[in-house]
Amino acid sequence: MTGTTQTAYVAPAITAPLPPPIAVGGPVGWVRGNLLNSWSNAIVTIVSLYLIWAVAVPLINFLIIDAVWDGAGRADCLPEKVGHSVGACWPFIGAKFSQLVYGFYPWNLHWRVDLTFALGAVLLVPLMIPRAPLKMLNSILFFGVFPIVAFFLLVGGSFGLEHVETRSWGGLLVTLVVAVTGIVVSLPLGILLALGRRSHMPAVQGMCVIFIEFWRGVPLITVLFFATYMLPLFLPNTWTIDALLRVLVGVALFSAAYMAEVVRGGLQAIPRGQFEAASALGLGYWKTMGLIVLPQALRLVIPGIVNNFIGLFKDTTLVLIVSIFDFLGQMRAAFADPNWSTPVTLYTGFAFCGIVYFVFCFSMSRYSLFVERRLNTSHR
Amino acid sequence: MTGEREGPAARPRLAVLYNPKLRGIFYQLVLLAIMVWLGIEFALNAKTNLQAQKIATGFGFLDNTAGFGVNQSLIAYQESDTYGRVFFVGLLNTLVVSAFGIALATAIGFLVGVARLSNNWLIARLAGVYVEVIRNLPLLFQILFWYLAVLGALPAPRNAISVLDGVFLSNRGIAVPRPLFGEGSGLVLAAFAAGIVVTLMLRFWAQARQEKTGQQFPLGCAAAGLILGLPLLVMIAAGFPIGFELPQLRGFNFVGGVTMIPEFTALLIALSTYTAAFIAEIVRSGIQAVSRGQTEAAYSLGLKPGRTMSMVVIPQAMRVIIPPLTSQYLNLTKNSSLAVGIGYPDLFAVFAGTTLNQTGQAIEILAVTMAVYLVISLITSALMNWYNSRLQLVER
Amino acid sequence: MKPVVIRLALAAAFAFTAQAASAQTLKTVKDRGTVVCGVSQGLPGFSNPDDKGNWTGLDVDFCRAVAAAIFNDATKVKFTPLSAKDRFTALQSGEIDVLSRNSTWTSSRDTSLGLNFAAVNYYDGQGFMVRKALKVNSALELNGASVCTQTGTTTELNLADFFRTHKMKYEVIAFATADETVKAYDGGRCDVFTTDVSQLYAEKLKLTNANDHVILPEVISKEPLGPVVRHGDDQWFDIVKWTHYAMINAEELGVSQKTLDEALKSTKPDVKRLVGTEGNYGEQLGLTKDWIVRIVKLVGNYGETFDRNVGPGSKLGIARGLNNLWNNGGIQYAPPVR
Repeated sequence: MTGTTQTAYVAPAITAPLPPPIAVGGPVGWVRGNLLNSWSNAIVTIVSLYLIWAVAVPLINFLIIDAVWDGAGRADCLPEKVGHSVGACWPFIGAKFSQLVYGFYPWNLHWRVDLTFALGAVLLVPLMIPRAPLKMLNSILFFGVFPIVAFFLLVGGSFGLEHVETRSWGGLLVTLVVAVTGIVVSLPLGILLALGRRSHMPAVQGMCVIFIEFWRGVPLITVLFFATYMLPLFLPNTWTIDALLRVLVGVALFSAAYMAEVVRGGLQAIPRGQFEAASALGLGYWKTMGLIVLPQALRLVIPGIVNNFIGLFKDTTLVLIVSIFDFLGQMRAAFADPNWSTPVTLYTGFAFCGIVYFVFCFSMSRYSLFVERRLNTSHR
Repeated sequence: MTGEREGPAARPRLAVLYNPKLRGIFYQLVLLAIMVWLGIEFALNAKTNLQAQKIATGFGFLDNTAGFGVNQSLIAYQESDTYGRVFFVGLLNTLVVSAFGIALATAIGFLVGVARLSNNWLIARLAGVYVEVIRNLPLLFQILFWYLAVLGALPAPRNAISVLDGVFLSNRGIAVPRPLFGEGSGLVLAAFAAGIVVTLMLRFWAQARQEKTGQQFPLGCAAAGLILGLPLLVMIAAGFPIGFELPQLRGFNFVGGVTMIPEFTALLIALSTYTAAFIAEIVRSGIQAVSRGQTEAAYSLGLKPGRTMSMVVIPQAMRVIIPPLTSQYLNLTKNSSLAVGIGYPDLFAVFAGTTLNQTGQAIEILAVTMAVYLVISLITSALMNWYNSRLQLVER
Repeated sequence: MKPVVIRLALAAAFAFTAQAASAQTLKTVKDRGTVVCGVSQGLPGFSNPDDKGNWTGLDVDFCRAVAAAIFNDATKVKFTPLSAKDRFTALQSGEIDVLSRNSTWTSSRDTSLGLNFAAVNYYDGQGFMVRKALKVNSALELNGASVCTQTGTTTELNLADFFRTHKMKYEVIAFATADETVKAYDGGRCDVFTTDVSQLYAEKLKLTNANDHVILPEVISKEPLGPVVRHGDDQWFDIVKWTHYAMINAEELGVSQKTLDEALKSTKPDVKRLVGTEGNYGEQLGLTKDWIVRIVKLVGNYGETFDRNVGPGSKLGIARGLNNLWNNGGIQYAPPVR
C-alpha cells in the first residue's frame, strides 16, 4: 500500500535459507506432513482427536450399544428395567412410525400414499440420471402428469376413491407434498418471473422486480402467516380454501421468487450471440426463449435448482408453526405421548429426525455437486 | 392473413399490429389492468369480509392496552402498556438476537472456513463434517434441538450448575452477575476509554516505525496493559466503585443479576451455528478464489502462514466474500422469526403472533411485520454495499 | 376428452372447497346423512381420538347426542379436529355444522363473530397447576414464579390480570400449542402451568409423573364452555340447544340408560312429556317424538356422559362441582320440556 515510498525498510542482507523439508514417505510421512508438521498443528491435532472422541463415543453408545431395540412401552426404556444407562429408545420410533410417515391418513388407505411415493420415485430416478433416455417425456410426466395423478390419489373423492381430508395428512407425506409442490409450481413461475425481470417492457420488469424482491425480503414464516390469515380475507367469502392448500400457495410464491433468481443467473450466462442468432433466423421472442435460450440456461442452473429444493425441503418444517403437522411436527407431537415419556424419548426422536433429514438433504447436495462437476467438464 | 388483401390501407394496419413497441405497450397495459383489477377485487373482498367478521380496521389498535406479559424486554414494559409498545419490545428483541447472531456467526464462520483449508488434515476434515451436518439439517430442527434437548436438560434452579458462585446455569436460563456502577465508576470507564485510544495511537506509531526500520513492537502486551491494566489500577485507586450484583436463588427463580432466558440462548446458538456453516463455505470459496500465487509470493517473502492469511489472502478474498455474506446476514435476520417456534418474544412472536390473535387485525399487523423485515433487509444490504464499495476502492 | 378434463378440473376445485354456509342446516345434515362436528385435536375427557381414530369425550358425546336425535344412530357423526385458531372460521364457513370444542362463551364471540352459543355443557374456570415439591398451597404464593401458558387465548390475559391485581411478579413463557406448553412445564421450564381447570386435569395425565403435581384451589376466571352454531338458522340453533337441555332434564327426572324402559312406561306427566309418550315436542323441533329417548338410549343423560368422560368414573376424576344439577348444589339448569 504505502510500500512503494522510498522510506520503506529493506532488509540489508538476504536471510539464510531454511533447511529443506525432510522427505519421508508412507503413512508416517503422511502423519508428519499433515498432522504434526508444527507444534501448533500438533496441538490442533490432539484437540481435534479429543473432540472426535468426545462426540463419537457417546453418540455410538447412544445410537447402538446402549440402545433399546424392542419393547412395548415406556417401561421397556427405563434404566430400572434395562439395568444399565439407556441409549436410544428405538421402539418409540417403531410405535410412532406410521404417524411420522402418514400422519393420521386412514390406515386402510396407506397404500395410496405408498403408491404415490413409488410413482414419484420411479419418475424421479431416471430424471436424475444424466444418461437415461427420453428426458423430455420424463420431465413432462414428472412435472405435468405426476402432480395431477398424485393429487387424485392422495385427496381422492373421485374415481371411486374415498375422500381423505388434508387435515388428516401429516408426517413425511406433508413434508414431501409441500416440498414437491413448491418446486413443481415454482419452476415455471420462476422462469416466467426471470424472463419478466429481463424484459424490456418497464411495467413487466418493474412488477417482476417488486414481486421477487418483496418475497425475498420477508421471512417465509410471514409468508405462511400471510397465506393462512390474510389470503382468506382477500378472497370472496364464499370460497373456503383448505389450510394445506393455503400453505402450498404461500410456499410456491415464496420459492418462485428464489427460483427466479436462480434462473436469471442461467439466462445471464447465455452469450448474446445466441439471442442474435435466433433473431437472425426470424424466431420470435417465445420461440427464441423456448427453443434456444431456456434449454441451455436451465441445464446450467440444475445445481441451483437442486440447492433451492434442499432449502425448500428444510423450510417445510416451518409449516408446523401454522399447525400443519409435517415430519418434525409429528415428532414433536409424539414427544407429548405419556405412554412413551422417558428421559431418552426426546433424544431418540431428535436422533431419528436428524438422520432422516440429513440423509435426504445430504444426498441431494451430493447430487447437485455431481451435476455441477459434470457441467464443468462439458464446458471446458 | 392480410396477404390477400392488396391495397394501400393494409400496410399501415399491418405495421400497427406488428409494431413491437406498440405491442409492448399494449401488453403492459393489459398486465397493468389485470393488476389493478386484482387489487380492487382484493380490496373489495377484504372490505366485505372484514365487515362480515366485524374486525376493526386501521391502526387504532396500537393505542389499546395489550394486557399480556412478555418475558424479555429491553425497554420498560408492563401488561398495561399498549400494543404499540409491544411492537417495539418485539422489534428490539429481534434486533438484539440478530446482532449477536451475526457477530457470533461471522466469528465461527471465518474460523471454520479457514480451518477447512488448514494443512492439518484432521481439522480440515472436522470442519468439513461440521459444515455438512449443520447445513443439511433444518434450522427449526436445530432450534428445537438446542431448546428442548440441550438447554431443557439443564437442572432446575435449585440444583443449578454454578460457575464460581456467580454464574448459574439452569433450565430457567443463564444467570450472570450484573455490574453496579457506584460513585467514581466514571473514572474507571474513562480509563478504559483512554486505554483504547492510546492503544490505537500506539498501533499507528508502531506501524509507521515498522515501515521505516523493520523493527516490530510488542503491541499485544502493550494493548493488554493499557486496556485492562489501566482501568484496574484506577479501580483500585478509587476503591472498587464497580461492584457486582450476584444472582441469588430466592423463591422460585434467580433474583438479581442478568438472566439470559433459554429461549434467547437456544435461538442465538442455533442461528449462529447454522449461519456459520454457510459463512464457512463462503469464506472457503472466497479464499480459494485468491490465486495460489499470492500465497506463494507471501511465503517467499518470508511471511508466516497466519500473517499471509490475515494480510494477503483475506483482504483480497473479502471482495468475493462480501456479497454472499450480506445475504447470509439477511437470512439470519429473517430466520430469527423462527423464534416463534420456541416462544422467544421476538417481533414475529409478540406482534404477528399474540397481538394478531388478540386483535384479529391480520392485514395491518402482517403488513407492518413484513414491512419491518423489508426495511431491515434494505438497510443491511445498503450498509454492506457501502462497505463493499469502500473495500473495492481501497484495492484499486 | 373434454368432459373428462372438465370433470377433473371441477373435482380439483371442489376437493379443496367446502360448501358455503346455508340456512337450512338440518336439511343439509339429513341429506348428507352425518353431522359434521368440530372438536378439539386431542383433549382427554372432552374430545380425544384413540390410536384407531375412535373419538371419546364429553364434547364428542354431545355431538353423538345430536346425531342420535336426528338419525337414531349415534355413529353418524364426522369429527373434524380443529385448532383453537381455526375453530370459529370453520364454523363460519360452513365446514362444520356444530362446534363442540371447549369454547368459552364470551360477549364478543357471541355478538361479533356471527355465532350463537347454544348452551353451557361445562362450567369451567382458569386454574393453576404446580409441582407438589414446591409446597405451594395457594395461587397467592406464586410471587416471582415462571408461568407456562398458551398464547392467543384468554388464559394469557387472565393470568396477567390476576398477577397485576395481586401485585405479584411473574415471568410468562407463552407457547403456540397446548402440547408445547405441557411439555415445557413437564420439563421444568416453569413452575406453574395455567389453563382451564378441566384442561389441567386432562393435561395432568400427559405428565411424566402425574402424581407429583397438584392443582391449586383458586379459579381466576369464568369459562362457560358450550356448543356453538352459526347465526341465522334458528331451527338448528334450537335443536343443538335443546339437545343439551334434554340431557339435563333426563338426568333431573332420573331417566338414564338403565331406567329408560321404566320411564317409557311411566305415568308421571313430566317424564311422559320427556320420552314423548305425551305431546309432540320433538316434532315441534323438526325431529321425532322419541328424540330424547334416542339420545338417552344411545348416549345417555348429562350425568352419565359427565361421569363416563370427566367425572369420578373416568381417568380425570373431576368432581361435579358447578356442573351438578341446580337441585344438587350446582348450576346446571334446564327449562322444562312442555
